[in-house]
Amino acid sequence: MTNTAAAAPATSNEPIISFEEVNKWYGQFHALRNINLAIAHGEKVVLLGPSGSGKSTLIRCINRLEEHQAGRIIVDGTELKGDVKAIERIRRDVGMVFQSFNLFPHLTILDNLTLAPRWVKKMPKREAEELAMMYLERVRIPEQALKYPAQLSGGQQQRVAIARSLCMKPKIMLFDEPTSALDPEMVKEVLDVMIELANEGMTMMCVTHEMSFARAVADRAIFMAEGSIVEVDTPHELFSNPKNERTKQFLGQILGH
Amino acid sequence: MTYIDQTTEEPVVRAVSPPSSQIGPVAWVRKNLFSSIPNTLLTLVALFLLWKLIPPLLDWLLFSATFSGSGPEACKATTGACWTLVGVKHRFMLFGFYTYEEQWRPAIATIVLLALICGSGYPRFWGKPLALAWLIGLPLFCVLMWGGVLGMPMVETDKWGGLPLTVVLAAVGIVVSFPFGVVLALGRRSTLPAIRTVSTLYIELIRGVPLISVLFMASVMFPLFLPEGVTINKLLRAQVGIILFTAAYQAETVRGGLQALPKGQYEAADALGLSYWQKTLLIVLPQSLKLVIPSLVNQFISTFKDTSLVLIIGLYDFLTTSRTAVADPAWQPFYVEAYAFAAIVYFAFCFSMSRYSQFLERRLGAQGRR
Repeated sequence: MTNTAAAAPATSNEPIISFEEVNKWYGQFHALRNINLAIAHGEKVVLLGPSGSGKSTLIRCINRLEEHQAGRIIVDGTELKGDVKAIERIRRDVGMVFQSFNLFPHLTILDNLTLAPRWVKKMPKREAEELAMMYLERVRIPEQALKYPAQLSGGQQQRVAIARSLCMKPKIMLFDEPTSALDPEMVKEVLDVMIELANEGMTMMCVTHEMSFARAVADRAIFMAEGSIVEVDTPHELFSNPKNERTKQFLGQILGH
Repeated sequence: MTYIDQTTEEPVVRAVSPPSSQIGPVAWVRKNLFSSIPNTLLTLVALFLLWKLIPPLLDWLLFSATFSGSGPEACKATTGACWTLVGVKHRFMLFGFYTYEEQWRPAIATIVLLALICGSGYPRFWGKPLALAWLIGLPLFCVLMWGGVLGMPMVETDKWGGLPLTVVLAAVGIVVSFPFGVVLALGRRSTLPAIRTVSTLYIELIRGVPLISVLFMASVMFPLFLPEGVTINKLLRAQVGIILFTAAYQAETVRGGLQALPKGQYEAADALGLSYWQKTLLIVLPQSLKLVIPSLVNQFISTFKDTSLVLIIGLYDFLTTSRTAVADPAWQPFYVEAYAFAAIVYFAFCFSMSRYSQFLERRLGAQGRR
């Protein structure tokens, strides 16, 4: 299990996501420094690091919510450049779950889920609704389908957000601190859904500090600091036997040593 | 016997009610009107002013007013309002110089237009039947106003006036300028520099000049640029002026709503692969327009009243026809009544819009909130 490439159930030798010498700046602030990273099909990766270390920026570059300024990002064979159509195509295959859920408050849960299949994939209404109900069953809240987001708890909203992304049948799922905005008792219900998803072979990149989740599903854990990838290893190795000083210091802080 | 029975029952009733010092009209008055010394003083001053104002006003409006008669001499002796003026002149006030025998046509046309607008206001009716109603109603309005078919004599637009003119200028002005304003607001926030610059320039230029000068340019300067022999109807020019002017203001109101929407909503729509227009029409506008309903309706009300400025280019809107009705020297002493009548009609329209805005806010606000 120390060989991470072997751990990933590879369906193809080509990585599904690859970063080559990627750099990004916000004004003068160097947000990503020389990022090189390849994610295999079906691989699960967690990113951790102090706030402002660039981990959210990194995954937001994959569906171009953020634009990188140097280097190459290739997602499922398509390079991310200015081409709007190519970006829209990639976004169809890349689901994203946000820290603050970002459900559409003016639509019912069902309409939140059917919106993208109906408008982006031109799926008939009925088919989209059946698909939506199937995913709501999977995240265990089909009875909430006709409510509005504000009527649901945080944990329920985040599960809806996951189902909304899954309705597009994505090849990759990105999670940007999915449990950070949740009350402690709701974290587990969201993580359980994510673990199920991981077990089904979805390619996942997740920014999180949930150690138990990382140990349970991740093939690799990536530690970032100041815009650079500092250390990459299996979660077990990284958490119990960190090699880099900054990793040690950070883990010490979050584990409360 | 009966008296004693009641008194013995009373303590039982009292026992289940809150203390009488907390409820009932006396408690309400104490809490809201006399809770402190400044509050008590304000209440007394307000009561004094109401006592001084309301009885004379009602007396003028109703009790001492003259309602009957067929000419100004009927009001010679009166100390109140002379509503005889409205009785005698209401046809001119409402319809201006529109051919007298044909005034039933603008009356029906205006009712049709108002019915369409009111019907469009209810979210319950939104859908295909409403679109169909407009497709029938709008040509019907034009046919009735212009005539020239079905045995109805032609009435040129320079004879149009009064309330139908005001309603048509305001309604078309509001309905057409609104989508134009939305497009301008989106343009001002566009990532494409050319579109952004054009939108910003337009908004800032139009906002920088008074409506009167826009109307004046539309009426006087614009024809100078047209080739000889080509004329564009004066009413149409005024209408276009109002639309262009209103759109610039609507745009800034809508932009406020666009900026108030959390960034996460844009990102979620992007992440799902929605195109720009899908994102804008399905996610952004429904939410941001809801946020700015009060300011939008404020703007609508303003536009309705601003139509009275078409007087400057020689169109007879409702306020102008009301004023013109007392141009006759015999009626001149009663100009206050003419303005009061106009004010009451304007108020009815504007207050309806205001109430509608509150209805819509409640109706749309019900979603998404518990």
